[in-house]
Amino acid sequence: MNLSLLTLEIVVATLALFIFILGLVAPANQKRGIGYFTVLSLVVSLIIAIILHGESGTAFGTMYVVDPFSSYFKIAFLIAAVLVTMFSISYVNKLGYNQGEFFALTVLALLGMMIMSSAADFITFYLGLEMMTIPFIILTAFRYGDKASSEAGMKYMLLSAMSSAVLLYGLSILYGAAGSTLYSDVINVITGDNIDALTVIGLVFLLAGFGFKISMVPFHMWSPDIYQGAPTPVTAFLAIGSKAAALAAMIRMFMIALPETREVWMTLVIVLCAMTIVLGNFVAIPQTNIKRMLAYSSIAHAGYLLMGLVAFTNLGISAILYYVMIYVFANAGAFACVNEFGNMTGSDEIKDYTGMWKRSPLIASVMLLCLLSLGGIPPLAGFVGKFYLFTAIIDQGYIWLAFLGIGMSMVSVYYYLIVVKVMFLGKPVEETSVPVSLGAKTVMFVSAVASLFLGLYPAPLTDIATKVAQLFFPM
Amino acid sequence: MITLEYYLILAAALFCIGLFGAVAKKNAVAVLMSIELMLNSVNINLVAFNRFLAPSQLVGHVFAIFVIVVAAAEVAVGLAIVISIYRDRFSTEVDNLDWLKW
Repeated sequence: MNLSLLTLEIVVATLALFIFILGLVAPANQKRGIGYFTVLSLVVSLIIAIILHGESGTAFGTMYVVDPFSSYFKIAFLIAAVLVTMFSISYVNKLGYNQGEFFALTVLALLGMMIMSSAADFITFYLGLEMMTIPFIILTAFRYGDKASSEAGMKYMLLSAMSSAVLLYGLSILYGAAGSTLYSDVINVITGDNIDALTVIGLVFLLAGFGFKISMVPFHMWSPDIYQGAPTPVTAFLAIGSKAAALAAMIRMFMIALPETREVWMTLVIVLCAMTIVLGNFVAIPQTNIKRMLAYSSIAHAGYLLMGLVAFTNLGISAILYYVMIYVFANAGAFACVNEFGNMTGSDEIKDYTGMWKRSPLIASVMLLCLLSLGGIPPLAGFVGKFYLFTAIIDQGYIWLAFLGIGMSMVSVYYYLIVVKVMFLGKPVEETSVPVSLGAKTVMFVSAVASLFLGLYPAPLTDIATKVAQLFFPM
Repeated sequence: MITLEYYLILAAALFCIGLFGAVAKKNAVAVLMSIELMLNSVNINLVAFNRFLAPSQLVGHVFAIFVIVVAAAEVAVGLAIVISIYRDRFSTEVDNLDWLKW
């Protein structure tokens, strides 16, 4: 077996354990350094991932696959992790305890995401999923004595345990139908002409489990509560990483192991996708807490991302890949702003953002760019992403779904602009300026530049995405 | 002769009982126990399929062991959070978790 395929995972796992130890042995007044160390090592891992992105092969008897698809997602997860840890340094230092554990758990969750994107076997996939979820549960409940945080942790723990039980029931039934847990065996056994009731039941349970993880309606109820209660950096990583990882695993499972059964799951996915887009966008309108608003917007984005799976073509998958990348930048920027404001004022209410333009022009302008990118306004990256997704499904004849998506994008611009209006036109309650830490400044700068650049000049990234998608549809 | 169907029906019944408990129980610890029932129904499924479909391979058994291990880890985290909730509010009723809008 070729262990060099696992270089990235080994580096990240070692890093996580090392940070745990560092957190224990570092003297109390030196603990600030752990955050900087984590960011640096994650940047190094990101460079390793970019150097190694051409590798492909299988490990552990085809249970673990390294290919352009998994490398692409790993790079996206690493970018997300770098951005999130960068702006969480100020948050964690303000918290003042367990710095080592916070960063170590973040890196462990990252490792779980990487395993999910590479899993080509039900058992590996399940392990990756739990390796991501359990650190997230702990991170959600990270604040001592904060009722919102521990309540969010409790809800996340109970609901995610329930959803993984449902997912596992589906996996166990598919194992029974296929006689194997390897994707490469499943595709040979479960073919289009021998779909039985057992397979259908398994698929439905499987979709419900995935639906929870990517917060698809009607399994989305957890996400606003957990996003609101969790520490803001954790919310950001949850919104970006956990969703992208579940989507990566879902694409691989449905495209590699179960493409023959798509008559069964496609109808369900189309209906759930349409419901997710509509509900996510409409319920976001009345929200008064910005983290809840971003939670509903992320539900809506899960719906947009599913459109690529509905298209089931090269273009659809490459549109998902492109969209995941820009979603990482736009959300990281928006959450960095929310984090800095929350750090200073302790409030996440939209009405407190009034007059932000006068208090901190940087936060106001980055927030504007990121929200408009999420809303899909040209020339920002979100527009290009949505354009590709809608093109992909129109090519497949789902014109009604594209119209629904476009209409709902207009709705989403409304609630994003409410925040913008409050920030730019409102009168500030206080004149004090909002300080922005160096890490957050970097994140804001990077995400704003990336959102603009990928919108004005999308060709390099779309070329990569198209190449990666050819894995599923060789030309 | 006990066939595969008996095991599958048992597992399905256990899963439904667990799901009902997870939704209907008010105490967080009871909810966790109900989730354990759901996971154990999965284990019955896995081992039964392994025994009747491919007795020579042990994939189902391995899967079941992983499920047990991960469930233990999840419960460890879960109980820790239950304790922290109890310290905050002197109660572990799920209904009281209404600080965030549900």
